[in-house]
Amino acid sequence: MSGSRSTLPAASLARVVVFAAFIAVLGLFPGIGGVAGVPIVVQNAGPILAGAILGWKLGTASVALLLGLTAIGLPLLSGGRGGLAPFVGPSAGFVVGWLLSALVTGLIVQRARTRTLPVLLLACLAGLLADYLIGIPVIGLFVGDLGAGLLQSLVFVPGDLIKVVLAAVIAGLVHRALPDLLPPTTSAGSPVR
Amino acid sequence: MTPLGLYEPGTSLLHRAPTGPSLLAVLLIAAGTVLTSDPWVLAGVCGLVALGYVVARVPWRRLRPLLRTLALLLVLIGLVQWWLLGPERALVIALRLVAAIGAASLFTLTTRVDDLVSAVERGLGPLRRFGVRPERVGLLVGLTIQSVGTLSGIAGQVRASAKARGAGGSVTAFAVPFMIRTLRHADALGEALAARGWGDDDTRPSPPHVAEP
Amino acid sequence: MIEFSGVGHRYGDRVVLDGVDLTLPQSRVALIGANGSGKSTLARTVNGLVTPTEGTVRVDGRDPARQGSAVRRRVGFVFSDPDSQIVMPTAGEDVAFSLRRTVRNRAERARLAAETLTGFGLGDHIEHPAHQLSGGQKQLLALCAVLVLDPDVLVCDEPTTLLDLRNKKAFAERLAGLRQQVLLATHDLDLLEGFDRVIVLDGGRVVADDEPEPAVAHYRKLCT
Ligand SMILES: Nc1ncnc2c1ncn2[C@@H]1O[C@H](COP(=O)(O)OP(=O)(O)OP(=O)(O)O)[C@@H](O)[C@H]1O
Ligand SMILES: [Mg+2]
Repeated sequence: MSGSRSTLPAASLARVVVFAAFIAVLGLFPGIGGVAGVPIVVQNAGPILAGAILGWKLGTASVALLLGLTAIGLPLLSGGRGGLAPFVGPSAGFVVGWLLSALVTGLIVQRARTRTLPVLLLACLAGLLADYLIGIPVIGLFVGDLGAGLLQSLVFVPGDLIKVVLAAVIAGLVHRALPDLLPPTTSAGSPVR
Repeated sequence: MTPLGLYEPGTSLLHRAPTGPSLLAVLLIAAGTVLTSDPWVLAGVCGLVALGYVVARVPWRRLRPLLRTLALLLVLIGLVQWWLLGPERALVIALRLVAAIGAASLFTLTTRVDDLVSAVERGLGPLRRFGVRPERVGLLVGLTIQSVGTLSGIAGQVRASAKARGAGGSVTAFAVPFMIRTLRHADALGEALAARGWGDDDTRPSPPHVAEP
Repeated sequence: MIEFSGVGHRYGDRVVLDGVDLTLPQSRVALIGANGSGKSTLARTVNGLVTPTEGTVRVDGRDPARQGSAVRRRVGFVFSDPDSQIVMPTAGEDVAFSLRRTVRNRAERARLAAETLTGFGLGDHIEHPAHQLSGGQKQLLALCAVLVLDPDVLVCDEPTTLLDLRNKKAFAERLAGLRQQVLLATHDLDLLEGFDRVIVLDGGRVVADDEPEPAVAHYRKLCT
């Protein structure tokens, strides 16, 4: 199984659709794992995984599809949230930032020469920071004070860092299991080692 | 999950209001709440939004989860901001939150997914010349809902087998096989779509290996 | 008629099909062989899902690699996992999806879909969420979704793997009654009853090509 069997547009479309559904399903299972009894919402690792596994193009497309379907009223975000509310509340920036997360993570993973754990960690961390880049100013706008927005966002940092590590580990294992999942975009033709 | 999404059927004025202008109103409220810091104005908007819920006769069972979400947000954000910026600013922020989220949720509760799909299709119409196919929006909605169903089933199976192998608590023992089966499902779905002619009716230039001679 | 001439395929360095030459005018043709012998790959070349790296395939004179769209209109494909084949929320909509390019009128599409589903005993499930059908019903739905277009050729890749005995039998009976040419890749030797020709693949090559009984005997010998 891989893209090599079929290069028809349907294959790309299916990946975009199924990954959007994957991120939605991550929101349906809030209790996976969990640290010290506190269930962690794993959904916001989804966009990072999308980039790391599908690459920047399809990854960003699947996040865009997820957000579009959420906006028209499907309860696809964790806890059955959906509709326009997630896009006008204080966390709107973080949700929209998912697009940038997938893009940045995907770009780094595709540009890198190897898919070792440190590279994936770096890519996923960059994806998280990209999300913050949009999310924190929006919270700042909402509370009318960037510093207060920044402090407010600190609550999420420890959980998010755990998710970044998990996403990197999972992406590494998946790429090892399916080595030809994501062809390298750099050094055209030369095999990655 | 139902294809109805979060829509709550009804016949009120708000249910019958045209989609485009309602959407515009919600966006204006959301933007307006950020622009003003006058608690009286914000309280007024909150009152209007609350009136909207009464007019639309939103049932209690739909209201409850919304109130829970709002309460959680208010506690999380309100308390921190009280401590950081003082009670008055915290009140303004809380009112903003209630107004913006309340209005957006009201819109979602009173607007059919189908109507929004049509609105999106109309909105995308002008992009047709750039290769966008607006008529596919409805299909994407159906396909994604369908896949959510399939993947939930797969997630359940994978979880059960992780437990059976004594790895019920391990995130990777769940996530990696889930991820791989997800991708396998994507490939199978892609093949099935291709076999059913998806992409054959594309107006975009097709890659050389599928081009007609 | 399906013709393979010198068909070969490789994934990277791995040769999965090698010099397949076959002319298949018969109405019931089966492909059997061990796991990884190349059955699915060969079957997928028939509608252009796989473009062979060597040789050519012809379906009624057309090359799926060049005229994919035209060939796919005449060749229906049924896969083994029904969950991945059903693309619309309800059974009726899923069958109607197949008609989206050939029938303009939405009501007419729905009518044709309902007619086909009813013909396959799914008349009570037209409005049902496709996900809630049983495995056997889903596979029949997948078959309906393909047959509603009235193709000339039906390719099936292990269509009964996930079905129980009863549903398998029901599926086989449906298959036997079709006017279409059927190319079936399978591990289930029970399905070969009534087939005109059985081809045994091994390591990507045709190692036997005969009536069911001698072909199966050859296959059994391979496995010992
Ligand atoms: N996308 C792919 N990339 C690399 N190798 C592949 C790919 N698809 C199939 N193969 C390999 O091609 C060979 C033939 O596969 P194929 O699926 O055609 O076999 P099969 O006869 O259908 O087997 P099974 O009975 O298990 O379904 C196998 O060795 C398989 O590993
Ligand atoms: Mg096979």
